Amino acid sequence: MKTRIVIAAVGAFAAFGLAGCGEKSQVAEYKQGKYQGKPDTKPWDSNPATEPYVHSTWTPGDRSSWENALKQRALNQNEYLRTNTGG
Amino acid sequence: MARMKFLCDAERCIECNGCVTACKNENEVPWGVNRRRVVTLNDGVPGERSISVACMHCSDAPCMAVCPVDCFYKTEDGVVLHDKDLCIGCGYCFYACPFGAPQFPQAGAFGLRGKMDKCTFCAGGPEKDGSVEEFTKYGSNRLAMGKLPACAEMCSTKALLAGDGDVVADIYRTRVLTRGKGSEVWGWGTAYGAPGGAGGGQPGGAAPAPAQKPQPTKS
Repeated sequence: MKTRIVIAAVGAFAAFGLAGCGEKSQVAEYKQGKYQGKPDTKPWDSNPATEPYVHSTWTPGDRSSWENALKQRALNQNEYLRTNTGG
Repeated sequence: MARMKFLCDAERCIECNGCVTACKNENEVPWGVNRRRVVTLNDGVPGERSISVACMHCSDAPCMAVCPVDCFYKTEDGVVLHDKDLCIGCGYCFYACPFGAPQFPQAGAFGLRGKMDKCTFCAGGPEKDGSVEEFTKYGSNRLAMGKLPACAEMCSTKALLAGDGDVVADIYRTRVLTRGKGSEVWGWGTAYGAPGGAGGGQPGGAAPAPAQKPQPTKS
């Protein structure tokens, strides 16, 4: 009788201890959501000829030419280039 | 591939709030909504620094991660935008954003919270480029006009730089090399320390630029 109680106690303890091994991770697994909204148009699809006050030029639909136009515009932020005083 | 980024040079920012005004004017942002603001540290103390803050258009944006209706998207040029027709104004993105970029207009009584509004990098939103609907909901679409964000182009000291990350980094690198300081303000070494654990990865360590000594006043 005493042996059974000991075995039952050991079994219960083992089951209780093993329960910890089955614990799920508490760290949330982030999964990139899918955008549910409306599609957006690309900025390089617009026609610079129809835009007022625009000095940049690119070929409508050509992404690389739009990126080059924007790069040239961004380089104007470098006053060392604008004043031609060197590096 | 272009990846649009902002960079604010704390050595140059003079806290004029020209960027804030330019943003407000360009996008006709309503009262109570501040897409961009200037934060000053150690205000009034010698060595104070100011920095212009808006949406940083994170590469792995936490606002996108927490949005329950998935109204955020990232354009091919790296700008984080959202669809206001889908936004439910829950405010999760505000809590997730480390920069406090998402803003909520207090429209109406009882503290009603409107749809989220934030910096669009002057890239508009998911409406036809240059349309009235786009301007009303999201503001100006300067990228579609071949222009950069108004805040950066308006900056008088060119402290705030905007554009392709590579171009902005080149401009800043040239500037730092020319003036001989400032590299410790931004960068991996400042944020995480040098690989050897000796502070900043740049000459001069991770400490900010030395504070100016107050000059004795002449009377």
